[in-house]
Amino acid sequence: MKLTVWTYEGPPHVGAMRVATAMKGLHYVLHAPQGDTYADLLFTMIERRDHRPPVSYTTFQARDLGSDTATLFKDSCQDAYDRFKPEAIIVGASCTAELIQDDPGGLSESMGLPVPVIPLELPSYQRKENFGASETFYEICRALTKPMERTPEITCNILGPTALGFRHRDDVVELSSILESLGVAVNVVAPLDSTPADIAQLGAAHFNVMLYPETCETACRWLEREYKQPFTKVVPIGVGATRDFIAEVKEIAGLADAAVDESRLRLPWYSRSVDSTYLTGKRVFIFGDGTHAMAAARIAKYEMGFEVVGMGCYNREFARPVRACAKELGLEALITDDYLEVESAIEALQPEMILGTQMERHIGKRLGIPCAVISAPVHVQDFPARFSPQVGWEGANVIFDTWVHPLVMGLEEHLLHMFREDFEFHDDAGASHHGSHTPAAQKRRSTEDAAPADLVIKDGVTWLADAEKELRKIPFFVRGKARRNTEKFAAEQGLQAISIETLYEAKAHYAR
Amino acid sequence: MNAFAPVKAPAVGCGDAPVLKQRGQREVFCGLTSIVWLHRKIQDAFFLVVGSRTCAHLLQSAAGVMIFAEPRFGTAILEEKDLAGLADANEELDREVARLLARRPDIRQLFLVGSCPSEVIKLDLSRAAERLTQAHAPQVRVLNFTGSGIETTFTQGEDECLASMVPVLPQTDAEQLLLVGALPDVVEDQLVGLIGQLGVPVVRALPSRSADVEVGIGPNTKFIVAQPFLGATTGALTGRGAHHLAAPFPFGEEGTTAWLRAVADAFNVSPEKFDEVTAAPRARALKAIAAASERLNGKSVFFFPDSQLEIPLARFLTRECGMSAIEIGAPYIHRDLVGPDLDLIAEGPVLSEGQDVDLQLDRCRAARPDLTVCGLGLANPLEAEGLATKWAIELVFTPIHGYEQAGDLAALFAKPLKRREGLAL
Repeated sequence: MKLTVWTYEGPPHVGAMRVATAMKGLHYVLHAPQGDTYADLLFTMIERRDHRPPVSYTTFQARDLGSDTATLFKDSCQDAYDRFKPEAIIVGASCTAELIQDDPGGLSESMGLPVPVIPLELPSYQRKENFGASETFYEICRALTKPMERTPEITCNILGPTALGFRHRDDVVELSSILESLGVAVNVVAPLDSTPADIAQLGAAHFNVMLYPETCETACRWLEREYKQPFTKVVPIGVGATRDFIAEVKEIAGLADAAVDESRLRLPWYSRSVDSTYLTGKRVFIFGDGTHAMAAARIAKYEMGFEVVGMGCYNREFARPVRACAKELGLEALITDDYLEVESAIEALQPEMILGTQMERHIGKRLGIPCAVISAPVHVQDFPARFSPQVGWEGANVIFDTWVHPLVMGLEEHLLHMFREDFEFHDDAGASHHGSHTPAAQKRRSTEDAAPADLVIKDGVTWLADAEKELRKIPFFVRGKARRNTEKFAAEQGLQAISIETLYEAKAHYAR
Repeated sequence: MNAFAPVKAPAVGCGDAPVLKQRGQREVFCGLTSIVWLHRKIQDAFFLVVGSRTCAHLLQSAAGVMIFAEPRFGTAILEEKDLAGLADANEELDREVARLLARRPDIRQLFLVGSCPSEVIKLDLSRAAERLTQAHAPQVRVLNFTGSGIETTFTQGEDECLASMVPVLPQTDAEQLLLVGALPDVVEDQLVGLIGQLGVPVVRALPSRSADVEVGIGPNTKFIVAQPFLGATTGALTGRGAHHLAAPFPFGEEGTTAWLRAVADAFNVSPEKFDEVTAAPRARALKAIAAASERLNGKSVFFFPDSQLEIPLARFLTRECGMSAIEIGAPYIHRDLVGPDLDLIAEGPVLSEGQDVDLQLDRCRAARPDLTVCGLGLANPLEAEGLATKWAIELVFTPIHGYEQAGDLAALFAKPLKRREGLAL
């Protein structure tokens, strides 16, 4: 048993729903009690889908448990086929149905439906959402693909995008355009917007693009074994990764001479231009799914000039590469799906910015640290109306804008330092390009009243009133770091109390 | 016509109307969802769901944007070893509870909430609650109730929660009125204030905002229910000897007046006193409803089952806002509670209990109502088909009871229609 406040991933059958909802002509019959239908709203509300997910829930109740839930399952399966006439059906159980052991796979097989019925075994008490998506997609590929001739021209499949994915819709568009510019046509994109008939055509492609390893690595490996289709290993998020990806594609496709058009890419110049000087060495903490976290680390360090002070992922399946990536940055990776652990890591590190998920956005809000979202789990605002991919050239541009936005900008940062307690230009007003500023007086009350409680004694060190007042003159976006450094400094020096002297001693000590 | 004409029932109401019962896929939340508002209402309580990752995911998704720094609810997620019997689930639970209470010394009441998996594996949470109460008394009282989807639908979670509190209420012989149902504090204060002005000596609320407010119960307790889904709680209170005051629910001017009148009659309040206390807020409510319901007048409404508020709200919309109801779907129909509202709804609409969502969608599409009240899973798909929808969940998360909210309630239904009129797309 494990106490959980917020979860990064849903149960595995939600992963299966992400695949089913992404596809057309596929139906999911899920043996589940009525409450599990909540999952529909993830798709209709968060992603604003205009159709119900293609899922039939058997909705068994307590009184059915003593009698015949198996018949209920078969009836639901038949009703779903009659009403929706899908090209293929996937069947499975949610956590509760797993306990009653009705065997949806065996039951549906005995029904003799005229379309392929694909049973899913998703252990709800061991695995989670990403595994569910990956396993479902793999089973669908296994059931529906067959050996076939390759297309005469060079083509690839783009694998991995699902419903409810972080920017999957736009990533597919951006990636297709890059592939086309290299002379590679897209055979099938799957599961997003594909039909079972499309899946049957996967074998015609010359290679596969593994866009999101979380949802398609198992399928890519199987396709490689079964149909000798190589697949790309680099996920093209960021400038360097996109260039590496293109090199990989050229290698696989034998297109050594293909011209690469980088004319749409703006990140490198934006990052080199003088306004970006203020980004130098910003201390960032990175957390997300393994793929997005690793991509973000590379971009943060080499393309934005940040200092990565902590990184990790919530999906244990990616612990090994994430640990390796962190080690290269001289860090120890935080691999956990415990939100409170992530929060305390951030609290201890006091970064100047968080690159995380919606969870970390809330942590940031609580701790007063700006945050940009880089990964699922998603929220309605992660489905913007505008084109906003993460992969490719435009993805890099989008990332630059997204990561810079939460920060206080270039010259403004200096002015805040200079005018500290100016009555209009005080730092409680926040960055000038962000809306919803609370009136200063009110905000000061709420934030400053709360502060002394944390401040009085921390690890045996007391802040003297003068020092505490001085600390508040330091702009908000560096105050957390100043506080932490000063306390650390005081502790190292064996000081019991922090005076203004100590504050500035510490500042000098940590000057960089 | 007198603005304050007494409530006049239609010649033939829906009290004896046949009920359409279909069995198929339901598109509703389970009772765990109630925790989302219960933990805001009972401010020193923690709700610990003993369940699966699905339960945790549901709570988080249903809570949606309502994320609080550290919420007073969580899920003890059952793992493979708990199921395989390798670990004694009770020991695991005791350990997690001890850890939780150590971190949150502000917690005075802990609810262990049963889920589908905990019920299927027959984890006995009532014994666990007894054991844990002994371990953590007197600082913390531990109770248990079920929010499982195999037993409860959405608001029934609140019903189960309140019912679990009834047996431990102390006995009292005091003459008093108990107001039952979790209401937003502002609404509760308004209603308690009005009832006090009527001259009712002691008014208490269940649930109270904290464990420190002592609520007793006994043969001289009369209680009135503010939410139509509290059937089990009503039974438990009656079992303790309290007397139930049946009434329409306090939605709109008519509903609130009838509800207050049931209280007034039970406590022998004179008609003059009643009019004196209610005249001003009634007039305000009528004025507000008149303004907000302009767009609703003459329009049709179709209710998908969701919170059990459907019948009282249909009464409000048809009698006070000039709408006609095509279908009133409810997950359960507690006749003891919604009977008075049913009697007031003129015959005509289909009454349905339970659900086969696909068949119900067929009926809804055929009827093409002007407004469809439904859950979040159906709203956008129906909008995409050109039907105006009102999210039912908003009715549970918004102050809508009583005179001062009557106009807001009408406005909630009018808003989707107003928006459609305003957009040129």
